[in-house]
Amino acid sequence: MTPPIISMRFDNPDNHRLAAYVASGGYRTLPKMFGMKPDDVIDEVKRSGLRGRGGAGFPTGMKWSFVPKSTDKPKYLCVNADEGEPGTFKDQLILKHDPHALIEGIITCCYAVGIHTAYVYVRGEYDFPIARFSAAVAEAYANGWLGKNIQGSGFDLDVVVHRGAGAYICGEETGLIESLEGKKGQPRPKPPFPAVVGVFGCPTVVNNVETLAALPWIMEHGASAYAAIGTEKSKGTMLFSISGMVERPGVYESEFGVNLWDFIETSTGGVKDGKQLKAVIPGGSSSAILTADEARAVKLDYESIAAAGSMVGSGAIMVLDEDTCVVKALEVVLRFYAHESCGQCPPCREGTYWMHEIVSRIRRGKGHVEDIDLLLSICPDMMGRTVCVLADSAAIPAASYIRKFRHEFEAYIDKANPPERRLHPGGVNLEAGAM
Amino acid sequence: MSHGSHAIASTGKPFAFSPENEKRFQELLPKYPTRRAVVLPALWLAQEQEGHLTVESMEYVAERLEQPAVTVFAVVEFYTMFKTEAVGKHHLQVCRTLTCTMRGCDDLQTMIERKLGIGAGEKTADGKFSVEMVECLGACGAAPVMRMDNRYWENLTVDKLERIIDACREGRDPASEDFDR
Ligand SMILES: Cc1cc2nc3c(=O)[nH]c(=O)nc-3n(C[C@H](O)[C@H](O)[C@H](O)COP(=O)(O)O)c2cc1C
Ligand code: SF4
Ligand code: FES
Repeated sequence: MTPPIISMRFDNPDNHRLAAYVASGGYRTLPKMFGMKPDDVIDEVKRSGLRGRGGAGFPTGMKWSFVPKSTDKPKYLCVNADEGEPGTFKDQLILKHDPHALIEGIITCCYAVGIHTAYVYVRGEYDFPIARFSAAVAEAYANGWLGKNIQGSGFDLDVVVHRGAGAYICGEETGLIESLEGKKGQPRPKPPFPAVVGVFGCPTVVNNVETLAALPWIMEHGASAYAAIGTEKSKGTMLFSISGMVERPGVYESEFGVNLWDFIETSTGGVKDGKQLKAVIPGGSSSAILTADEARAVKLDYESIAAAGSMVGSGAIMVLDEDTCVVKALEVVLRFYAHESCGQCPPCREGTYWMHEIVSRIRRGKGHVEDIDLLLSICPDMMGRTVCVLADSAAIPAASYIRKFRHEFEAYIDKANPPERRLHPGGVNLEAGAM
Repeated sequence: MSHGSHAIASTGKPFAFSPENEKRFQELLPKYPTRRAVVLPALWLAQEQEGHLTVESMEYVAERLEQPAVTVFAVVEFYTMFKTEAVGKHHLQVCRTLTCTMRGCDDLQTMIERKLGIGAGEKTADGKFSVEMVECLGACGAAPVMRMDNRYWENLTVDKLERIIDACREGRDPASEDFDR
C-alpha cells in the first residue's frame, strides 16, 4: 500500500498550527521551489499526472498552462471549497486538519502561474472549517509565509477567505466566479474559459482544495514519484468520501487502480449490519449507479470507472444496501437537482422539476406504466444542451437507476404486487409520503 | 429552483454597521478589486448583526457599496443562507439529501413535527425553534446531520436529537454537552 499523501497529517490534532506543520516537514520545499523557474513548476505538475479532484478530473498542469503568460491584467486563483456534490465531505477535512498544506499548495500554484491574489471560496455552512482555515491563514501571514516577499523570495501573495451563502451551483467554476463578483451564482457560457476571462474579467485558475493540497508532496518528492503511484491515466492517490449503508463511513485515501469493492470493504468494514450490497454510487450523486456485481468487478480509477459507464467525480462513494429503495433514492437525488438548478436554461429548470415530479408520483404509488419510459425519454433532452452540466448531472443518475433497477420502479406501479420489504431510506411506506 | 423564502420585511428601523462591523467592513474593501464583490461579505456582516436581513440593512449595504438596491435584493433572494425573516433562536437545518435519507433524516423530521409542532419552514410560537430541511451539508460521513447554532450536529438519532432539543428548551447550552453518552 502506498503511504497516505493527502491525509498523512490528519491524525495529528495540533497539525492546524503552523509549528506542528513545519515540525513535520511542512513548507520545507518552498525555498527550493522559489529557486525554480515558474514554467518548470508547471512542467513538474504536468509530469506528475495530477488531475483535478473537484469532479471533472482535468489535468492540473495543463489547466495552468492555458493562462496567458503576457497580460497586463492581474491573474487570480479561485480555490473551490464549495464542496456541494452530495456525498462529498473531504475538503472540509483538509481545511480543518491540514490547512497549511492547502496554503502551501496555493503558494505553489500562484508562484507557477504568476498570481498574487487567491480567493478561497468556502461553502457558507462550514463555520468551523472556515474558522480553522482563516486562523491558519492569519498564522501564515504572521510568519512570513503569506503577504509581501514570502520568506525573502521576492514573491508576494494575498489569500482571502470568502464565505459562500448557500447555493450548490456556486461550486461550478463559473458560478463560483459570478458569486465571487457579488452576483447570483449563475454559470457563464464557455468559452471564454476562466483561464482567459475569469473573475473580474481577468485570467483565473479554479482549482479544488484537494488538488492544491496534493502539490506540496509532489514538489517535495518529485513528479516521477507521484506518477509512479496509480495507473496509466490515474496517477497518485485520492481522498474518497464513503457514506451510506456501511459500518464505518468516512474519508479514506487510496491509490488508484485498486478494486472498488475491496477498497470500500476493507476501509469501512463493509455493508452495515451484515446486510447484502445492492449498489454503489461511485462519484457523487451526479454519477451513474453501479450494481453490486459491477462494483465488485471494477477498478477504482478514472478509466475503469468510465469504462463501467460511470465516473470518479469528486470521489464521493455512496453505498446502498439491500433495503435501500432505489426509487426513493432517485426521488431524493432529483429533488436536489431541481432545488439547485439556477434556472437560466429551460431544459434544466423544467427537466429537473418534471423528473422529480414524476418519480415522486411513482414513489407515492400514483405512477403510470408509461412514466418509466417518459422519464427515460426526458433524459437525452437534458444532456449537452445547457450552460453548465447540472442538467446532465440529474439526467445521468436518473437514466442509470431506471435502467439498472427498472423492476423496482415497476413494482411501485404494478399495484397488484407492491413492494413489501421495509422500504428505507427512512422506513417510508407507500402511503405516508412525508416528502 | 429554490432560492427564496424571502418576503422582505421592512422594520422601519434604520440600519448602520456597529463599530465592530464597520471595522470589519473597512478591512474587507481593499481585499477586492470591485465594490460589488463585497456584497456577499457585507450582507453576512449585516445578517450577523441583526440575525436576519431587512429592507433597511440591504439598502444600507447597497448604498455603502454604491450598488443599485435591486441587485442586492436579487442576490439575497438567490442564496438560501440569507434570511429576510427572523428564524428561531435555534434554527435547525436538517439535511434531507441522499445519505442522510438512507440513514434516517425522515424520522428526525417526523419527531420534530411531533415534538415541536412545526414542519419545514416553520417557527414555534415562542420563537425558540425553527426548522428548515436543507440539501447536503457536506458531512455525509456523519449522517444524519443538521446545522444549528453555527455548528454541525452529527450522527443524529431520534433520541439524540430529542435530547439536544430538550437542552435548548431548558435554556442549557447544547454545545457544552455530550449527547453521545
Ligand atoms: C454543478 C457543479 C457543481 C460543482 N461543484 C463543485 C464543488 O463543490 N467543488 C469543486 O471543487 N468543484 C465543483 N465542480 C467542478 C468545478 O466546476 C471545477 O471543475 C473544479 O473546481 C476545478 O478544479 P479541479 O480541476 O482542481 O478539480 C462543480 C461542477 C458542477 C458542474
Ligand atoms: S444547466 Fe441548470 S444550473 Fe447550469 S446554468 Fe443551466 S439552469 Fe443553471
Ligand atoms: S447527504 Fe446529508 S450531509 Fe450529505
